[in-house]
Amino acid sequence: MQEKQQTQLKASPKSESAKFEEVLKNYEAVIGIETHVQLATLTKAFCSCPYNYGAQPNTSICPVCMGLPGALPVLNSKVIECAVKVGLALNCKLSLSSKFDRKQYFYPDLPKGYQISQFDIPIAAGGYIDVDLPVEFGGGHRKFGVTRVDLNRAGVPLLEIVSEPDMRTGIEAAEYAAELQRLVRYLGVSNGNMQEGSLRCDVNISVRPHGQPEFGTKVEIKNLNSFSSMSRAIDYEILRQAQLHSEGEAHQIVQETRLWEEGAQKTVTMRKKEGLADYRYFPEPDLPGVNLSEDYISTIHDSLPELPETKRRRYENLGLNMQDVLFLANDINVAAFFDATIATGADVKLAANWIMGDIAAYLKNEKLSINDIKLTPEELGELIASIKGGTISGKIGKEIADPSEIEKIVDRVIANNPKQLEQYRGGKTRLQGYFAGQVMKESKGKANPALLNKILLEKLNSKP
Amino acid sequence: MLSSAQAPRLLRSPAAATTTAAALTIKCLHTSPILTPAATSPSPSQILTTRKSLLSRQTSAVDLAKSFLQRLRRHEPQLSSFLYVSPDDVVLKQAEELDTKIKNNEEVGPLAGVLVGVKDNICTYDMPSTAGSRILENYRPPFDATAVRKLRDSGAIVVGKTNLDEFGMGSTTEGSAYQVTANPWDLSRVPGGSSGGSAAAVSARQCMVALGSDTGGSVRQPASFCGVVGLKPTYGRVSRYGLVAYASSLDVIGCFGSSVADAGILLHSISGFDNFDATSSKQEVPDYASQFVALEYLESKPLKGLRVGVIHETLENGVDSEVISSVRGAVSHLEELGCTVSEVSLPSFSLGLPAYYILASSESSSNLSRYDGVRFGNQVFGEELNSLYGDSRAEGLGSEVKMRILMGTYALSAGYYDAYYKRAQQVRTIIRNSFKDALEKNDILISPAAPSVAYKIGEKKNDPLAMYAGDIMTVNVNLAGLPALVLPCGFDGGSAGLPVGFQMIGAAFDEEKLLKIGHIFEQTLPGYSFVPPLVADEWTG
Ligand SMILES: [Zn+2]
Repeated sequence: MQEKQQTQLKASPKSESAKFEEVLKNYEAVIGIETHVQLATLTKAFCSCPYNYGAQPNTSICPVCMGLPGALPVLNSKVIECAVKVGLALNCKLSLSSKFDRKQYFYPDLPKGYQISQFDIPIAAGGYIDVDLPVEFGGGHRKFGVTRVDLNRAGVPLLEIVSEPDMRTGIEAAEYAAELQRLVRYLGVSNGNMQEGSLRCDVNISVRPHGQPEFGTKVEIKNLNSFSSMSRAIDYEILRQAQLHSEGEAHQIVQETRLWEEGAQKTVTMRKKEGLADYRYFPEPDLPGVNLSEDYISTIHDSLPELPETKRRRYENLGLNMQDVLFLANDINVAAFFDATIATGADVKLAANWIMGDIAAYLKNEKLSINDIKLTPEELGELIASIKGGTISGKIGKEIADPSEIEKIVDRVIANNPKQLEQYRGGKTRLQGYFAGQVMKESKGKANPALLNKILLEKLNSKP
Repeated sequence: MLSSAQAPRLLRSPAAATTTAAALTIKCLHTSPILTPAATSPSPSQILTTRKSLLSRQTSAVDLAKSFLQRLRRHEPQLSSFLYVSPDDVVLKQAEELDTKIKNNEEVGPLAGVLVGVKDNICTYDMPSTAGSRILENYRPPFDATAVRKLRDSGAIVVGKTNLDEFGMGSTTEGSAYQVTANPWDLSRVPGGSSGGSAAAVSARQCMVALGSDTGGSVRQPASFCGVVGLKPTYGRVSRYGLVAYASSLDVIGCFGSSVADAGILLHSISGFDNFDATSSKQEVPDYASQFVALEYLESKPLKGLRVGVIHETLENGVDSEVISSVRGAVSHLEELGCTVSEVSLPSFSLGLPAYYILASSESSSNLSRYDGVRFGNQVFGEELNSLYGDSRAEGLGSEVKMRILMGTYALSAGYYDAYYKRAQQVRTIIRNSFKDALEKNDILISPAAPSVAYKIGEKKNDPLAMYAGDIMTVNVNLAGLPALVLPCGFDGGSAGLPVGFQMIGAAFDEEKLLKIGHIFEQTLPGYSFVPPLVADEWTG
């Protein structure tokens, strides 16, 4: 299941941020991000072995993934579909003909001695992503370049997304990554889970004095498993590098890979870059080129859901403030619930308040996702309409938390709806939502939802 | 359908000695009716004869298998064609099952009772598959190659695994890590390579047909050296799944038979798209045998209107004169059959050899990385990982293989890639286009299969460049991915001499045309026997 990852960031302590502001007066950071997204396909990328999504795929069970002599890779077409979706969603230009290449090196868990990747012709390139920074960080809209999207790595179906070096702060970088997560979740191509490693970001960062045209020495940071650690690691690294610059010790910044240590809240050297490795890339002869027809692309294009950026602009136009916009558009299911609610004619602001207020609190308490609750958007719409229409007085009264009182209403609703009851007991269990709505309406929206559902279920399922 | 197409014909003829100046001889023969079958000839297709005699109960699969196994074992000490021979009881059990089915009037596959040799770089689940390398000694794959599976599904019986140059890298079969195979026509000579074991086995009638693989001529050159038919299909026609990779963009599984009909029927049974090979083609597989016309039904000019282009560059300096005259004789025979012959020039022809060796070596350097001593075959215990890899490879791989890995690694290295690998790819494109043009103007192209007949064992062993040069006739066809059929057309030095083969190259996926022409050619070519003297006395067809 999707992890309830907080994509919204907490502001750093005041002193830190003051220090940071000071540094940024003299220095500028240049940040680029390489993201690896594990795709939610049922089988591995090059054989039909089941792919235990999210789990470490170290069990090689067929001749292909064991790299046995005579076995050949066959591309899972779902991988291409995912790549095209992401490429389109990132406003990239798709290559009508791309190809796979072999990247060669010896490594114990690399059975064939090479990886199958895309080297010089990625499936998509030259795109961008729109990001709205959180209000608590001053807000603002950013557009970050996406250099390329390519199919990467044997076995595990993996997509690599390389950004332009367009980010300047930890927050920008973290929001870029959060937006990518949102995007792959909207598209349904990955669960985007950072802790599991389904979404992994490696950050390249350099610092230079303002006005200097050339980049400073680039350092790579790995081991970032949340957006907030990403943001903190980058800010730490910016300060570290800026400090060295200001002390005239810029030469101490070397090309290396550094690890973010969550405990110590700092980056430490993992390995220095030695000379460039020669991977002896050449076109993969076992796989035909990846040829995309305009038809195929436009079919996928037409099937794309409304993307986060479009959704946010639409919500903005509905008159919602940015805080609400960001909240509602953060999760595609929440957004769908909201959209369905306002489709019933419900007041936009009231619907947003309900979802962000009572419903969100309820979900959080019960550890549920919005898809798990019985309340339907139609019922919420009705509820909002009756409040607005005065059927239920303005401010919603005290919650009814007395089980016997709720039970009475439930009994009444069930008695008044014999036909629906019969259908429910005949198997149409979806009608539970209908009953819940009726009870909610009868209680003028005041019934405690958890209690309501518990009692309702008992009654509905009890033997007549 | 299959059974009616064949007319009997005797290939063993004492007149062979008089036909070296082939062009002239065939011109003379024209006055005699070249399309009349010799009354005493047996059918040239072993597969069709087998089917006929099994279904008519004239013979049993068990008896047939026994006679082949006997001959196989009798000549194996001299020939060493096989790296592994299936135990008699395993072969006979399969034959018995077929006999039972036939007895009960159950359906049997089109290759029922056909005894097949399989090159040892093609995976078989029930036999070792070493690719001729120490590094895969005793390796038994957990699966059958698709081609082998299809053969077995058609009722064929695999009698054993044939010798080859290690990983298919070589042109003499001397590069096998295990043994040197002899040419049945002259035991002091090589059978060609790398599919030398398969060619020798079919030539010496140790099996009826055999599978080989052809990366740069490894089916066609040994077919020519051993006087059998060798068919290199279009790239993608036959699944490569289960073929131990040498150079993936060039490798193709091919067919050996003692007749064109057998090669064609064998190809039909192994061809077609395979879910396990993304480079296999979805092109429909025609029933090649249905195109075969029996001799008695042939018109006087059965190949009338067919445009034949003789590749000028293949009949120049560096090609043995007797090879040239045999091939010219074959061309004249095609002319007699109604073909319109012209010479075509492929100026890029000589570029094929260096381009081939760069591309094949590059791909092999990558394909062979998996033999690191950790997973298969012989592992040398090392203190740390890199020495384990290094020592296992040093001991497990032969010198020719190491040389190609080094060449390929070099060609792909940063700084050299553009000068070698990339350049070779550009040459490949030029070659592909020049063949395409020539095959738009001609139905087929013709060349020798090799610049010489079989040479002495050891003759070129220490001269790799001379050995590589021998591949000049065949490598271009792999670079272009085209189908080619090699069939024997004469001898070097009279009837006691060594067979010469010529090569017909067709457009992509036009095997049908090659086979149809080859079948007519073979039936009407007078006066030759391509059964080696070694087995001539015991072989009755
Ligand atoms: Zn697998």
